[in-house]
Amino acid sequence: MEPAVTLRDVSFAFGDRQIFTGANLTVAAGEFATIVGPNGGGKTTLLKLLLGLLRPDRGEVKILGRAPEQGRSRVGYLPQHARHDPQFPATVMDVVLMGRLGNRWIGPHSQEDRALAREALGEVGLPDLAERSFAELSGGQQQRTLIARALCSQPDLLLFDEPTANVDSQAEEQFFALMKDLNQRMTILTVSHDLGLVSQVASQVICVNHNIIVHAASELTGDHLQEIYAAEMSIVHHNQVLEHPHD
Amino acid sequence: MTEFLQALANPAIPFLRYALLAGILSSLAFGTVGTYVVVRRISYLAGAIAHCVLGGIGAALYLQNAAGWTWLEPLHGALFASVLAALAIGWVSLRARQREDTVIGAMWAVGMAAGLIFLAKTPGYIDPMSYLFGNILLISSADLWLIAGLDLLVVAVAILFYNKFLAVCFDDVFARVRGIRVEFYYMLLLGLISLTVVLLVSVVGIVMVIALLTLPAAMAGHFSRRLWQMMAIGTVICMLLTSAGLAVSYVHDLPTGGTIIILAGLAYLGVVTFGQGRWLRRNGGRGLRRRRPAE
Repeated sequence: MEPAVTLRDVSFAFGDRQIFTGANLTVAAGEFATIVGPNGGGKTTLLKLLLGLLRPDRGEVKILGRAPEQGRSRVGYLPQHARHDPQFPATVMDVVLMGRLGNRWIGPHSQEDRALAREALGEVGLPDLAERSFAELSGGQQQRTLIARALCSQPDLLLFDEPTANVDSQAEEQFFALMKDLNQRMTILTVSHDLGLVSQVASQVICVNHNIIVHAASELTGDHLQEIYAAEMSIVHHNQVLEHPHD
Repeated sequence: MTEFLQALANPAIPFLRYALLAGILSSLAFGTVGTYVVVRRISYLAGAIAHCVLGGIGAALYLQNAAGWTWLEPLHGALFASVLAALAIGWVSLRARQREDTVIGAMWAVGMAAGLIFLAKTPGYIDPMSYLFGNILLISSADLWLIAGLDLLVVAVAILFYNKFLAVCFDDVFARVRGIRVEFYYMLLLGLISLTVVLLVSVVGIVMVIALLTLPAAMAGHFSRRLWQMMAIGTVICMLLTSAGLAVSYVHDLPTGGTIIILAGLAYLGVVTFGQGRWLRRNGGRGLRRRRPAE
């Protein structure tokens, strides 16, 4: 089976700021991998390279065996921040159906699209909220709606950018339970700050700090993390990130 | 009010009927496209496109009178300048992210400046007032056909690509990952805005375009849970405002464009202050504004 994600000798820079130099990464199909690393180390850049939103200066990126622009149609993507206008007039159903875009170039969604959207809403535990206004949902419910939007694409790979950054701890636990469930049938790649919870569910930890190192979750020790974050520790005051190596 | 209705029925003053019809017809485009402008938060871009229109009108009048291009109408110049400005502004906002507001502000002013210079150099005296502040009473039956045509085009595109525009306005990164050509739809949206702006210029004039493009849609947003509802309600509000503005301005002998905008501003203020609360109570507290967990 082809790997879900392959980076071969990838270099990327924002102007003068070199992010990756000859980075390599392979994530096998079926894995639950979590991406960790200090801010500015390249986590989000890695995701953007995988999604074809950025192009590498050198090297090759493949997702589900194809170039990102083609492979991403089978990716369910959950962006980091709610990018939308908080007053945007859309129902939960409207938002979930966005996961079906790209199948038709004109006109309304098909009955099949709607059935898939309802199915996805059921899966995230919001089957009765389809006609509710997205803007009036709680943070956790909005999050689950956006996960349903990602699932609605019928993905083989889920790509989540800090999925639990804006939800409370109860919602976070529910979220990881759902991820564990979904991992039975799809590969999951998630950027996360919270190593505590992730280490219980993830099979791989991908450490990103200008280079990319993959560890099996079981072998991850405090020393490894110390290594990754070491450069940051003296200069950065982002407590949220720095607390974890000492856990 | 009776006075206005009698005047409407009077066969000797067809321009009043044309004006009423123009306001009602073009409200379709204002409500639809205005909704996209409001939710995508690009009223500033719409303002810049509108002001560039004066450059086109000035150039057309100059070419018509000084260069002998007698077939060229100001409206042709307006359409040309408006579409050109939309393309240029779209390109700037997509490519040159750093100083987007500076560049767009400059185009806003340069478009107007070009128009004023063309008008000054055009033989004979041309009063820019009607272009700046609207000339709905000068609309002819031929203009009405053009408005209806533009209307049809704008509304058809806005509806056919509704799902795409919805996704691009809501979350453009996600739309891109789903394989939507985000830049294309953004440019198409600016194209629709530019056509709508040309319609607006004949109703309320260049300077007041932004108000009628955004206020009805913004009011509608208070009563809508979905984007198409916002468009429909915005269209109805806009029809009411243009018609009421025309009536009030006729009865009290006021400039029509200014009257419509003042009414729009007052209505908006009313909706923000009072309407929201009353509507909320009637709907059991399910307003858009109030963010309440939905368990």
